[in-house]
Amino acid sequence: MQLSGAEITLRCLAEEGVEFLFGYPGGAVLYIYDEIFKQDKVKHILVRHEQAAIHAADGYARSSGRPGVAIVTSGPGVTNAVTGIATAFLDSIPMVIISGQVPTRAIGLDAFQEVDTVGITRPCVKHNFLVKDVNDLASTIKKAFYVATSGRPGPVLVDIPKDVSQHLAEYSYPSSVSMRSYNPVIKGHAGQIKKAVQMLLEAKRPMIYAGGGVILGDASQLLTQIVRELGYPCTNTLMGLGAYPATDKQFVGMLGMHGTYEANLAMQNCDVLLAIGARFDDRVIGNPEHFYQPGRRIIHVDIDPSSISKRVKVDVPIVGNLADVADEMLKQLHASDAKPDPQALAAWWKQIEEWRGRDCLRFDRSNTEIIKPQAVVEKLYEVTNGDAYITSDVGQHQMWAAQYYKFDKPRRWINSGGLGTMGFGLPSAMGVQFAFPNDMVACITGEASIQMCIQELSTCKQYHLPIKIVNLNNRYLGMVRQWQELQHGNRYSESYMEALPDFVKLAESYGHVGFKIESPADVEGALREAFALKDRTVFLDFQTDQTENVFPMVPGGKGLSEMILGSEDL
Amino acid sequence: MRHILSLLLENEAGALSRVAGLFSARGYNIESLTVAPTEDPTLSRMTIVTSGSEDVIEQITKQLNKLIEVVKVFDLNEGRHIERELMLVKIRAEGKDREEIKRTADIFRGRVIDVTDRIYTIELTGTRDKLDAFLEAIDSAHILETVRTGASGIGRGEWILRV
Repeated sequence: MQLSGAEITLRCLAEEGVEFLFGYPGGAVLYIYDEIFKQDKVKHILVRHEQAAIHAADGYARSSGRPGVAIVTSGPGVTNAVTGIATAFLDSIPMVIISGQVPTRAIGLDAFQEVDTVGITRPCVKHNFLVKDVNDLASTIKKAFYVATSGRPGPVLVDIPKDVSQHLAEYSYPSSVSMRSYNPVIKGHAGQIKKAVQMLLEAKRPMIYAGGGVILGDASQLLTQIVRELGYPCTNTLMGLGAYPATDKQFVGMLGMHGTYEANLAMQNCDVLLAIGARFDDRVIGNPEHFYQPGRRIIHVDIDPSSISKRVKVDVPIVGNLADVADEMLKQLHASDAKPDPQALAAWWKQIEEWRGRDCLRFDRSNTEIIKPQAVVEKLYEVTNGDAYITSDVGQHQMWAAQYYKFDKPRRWINSGGLGTMGFGLPSAMGVQFAFPNDMVACITGEASIQMCIQELSTCKQYHLPIKIVNLNNRYLGMVRQWQELQHGNRYSESYMEALPDFVKLAESYGHVGFKIESPADVEGALREAFALKDRTVFLDFQTDQTENVFPMVPGGKGLSEMILGSEDL
Repeated sequence: MRHILSLLLENEAGALSRVAGLFSARGYNIESLTVAPTEDPTLSRMTIVTSGSEDVIEQITKQLNKLIEVVKVFDLNEGRHIERELMLVKIRAEGKDREEIKRTADIFRGRVIDVTDRIYTIELTGTRDKLDAFLEAIDSAHILETVRTGASGIGRGEWILRV
């Protein structure tokens, strides 16, 4: 049967089981939008800005584990989407983006709304395609989903010129795909895994460091089992929160620039380190030269060979799908006669507990005058029983969310860790709420970040998304102000937010509920009231302490053991 | 250290820019890059001459392998190999210099491929060092234009890079 390129596109998406298509129409995608209108398998979600379409698809993907799908028009549609695409790329999120392009005969002629989409997006996608012939469309979309979701996941863009969406072709959706140039590794090397298990069992001061790859690779349960059977301490990266349950006693907190004292010191002082699905990022280990310890041996498990020995030389590299590798590790652990050295382990835990005793996340909980931002996150955790999906924007509030909301399950913590994209929080929360319509979704944000995609309040209205926006409003670009205070002699260059809107009225003008909370006594009540409004978007504008900083902190360029624990250390 | 990398990649529009983009985005050096289709028209063969520490070369190889259109990457430095570069050079050849330039070209096994009464255009093939040596042997004032392809490389003996 001959179908148009537009109809083929929709058929392919339905074949892939796509539930939601987040997008914004425009000239180059009009034929595709006409087909969206004519079918009912794929539900289109109309956002208010293309960046939000990509973030929403991203939030959907991170929370559900299924690929996010978005559609944008040519030219500005694509350039607006680039921030979202780069965000997904840096955090390895499986996503397929359909973009319209000017007709093939107009390509290269500086046509209206023409940009070199494949060129502009090339450095921030896992792969991209320009479809020049409608006969290649179905197989290209099949490849796009395959590449996006296999190996180390990532966004894949398919650029479809307007005439290609109009032309007719025989339609059949390929049942499988094979590409000679793309064969992601699955099984880890059994010999290397054996070596790793031996090394782990010989450890006197072991440490397990798990990153976002564990969540993306659905290996959390296996990892948790390994950590518990060994009885070793475990830390998660910002991207890995929820990979190991945060309320477990073996969890030593997040590590890195704003990680806990105990996690960072255990990283620095361990003798065997198992890094799994993590990449020794600059925000995680600080200065790599300082991180280096002569006696320490490192095992690194990752699906991407280029992540291994990129910033830190490792002793036992294992490339493979994390769930497969973790499963094999467990088998070998069970088969091994060796057991961890109980005395050494007891001494190591004693040391860690001593570090933990510093209580590095303490803050002034008794303050009745001014709202401490950390207290809001703690209350949010209590009110939601730790069971909400939490998205965040970027800055101080993001770090407080990561430090004080204890994630026990994977895929509950949705944030832009790699690119650090302000404006991510609200649209990604929409994607999460579409994936889980009956669950609690909260977006922890600040008054600066929220204004970068504030227009999505309109989308929340259209689709009745009961997201709770927790705005930690300190009237400052808080993280910028913090660095200016600590490293730039208190010169607060352009970090003060003047002329803020009345967020309550703003929320109301979009048809939502808004609360302004100014006293610590009202924090819990406001949160409870907001979550009781089960079918409403609620904007909670918390007026928080302007001077609060995020601690602990490893200053830029320093090592993990050179933390500042609080203002008393300055 | 200088490395010579051999790649097989899909002969598709955009594959070259992905490779070139990778080098510029990650700050790797490219000394030269040559590419052309192979006997199998769906594949291109690329030779990249680059330099860097062993760690950097390892990353370059891994990053190249990650590109979807790259089918195979091989570092020719890992085995015995041959490299050749083609140079076309236009030289002012007048009066008494004419004979001397012709003789020098002969010594380097160059061929004169175009002649006017004032100019020789010489074709020369060899390693980078040989081409450099030829240019050094000619008075630089006489050299009007040089065109070099960059190195192409191939393994010695029975070793073959194929899909």
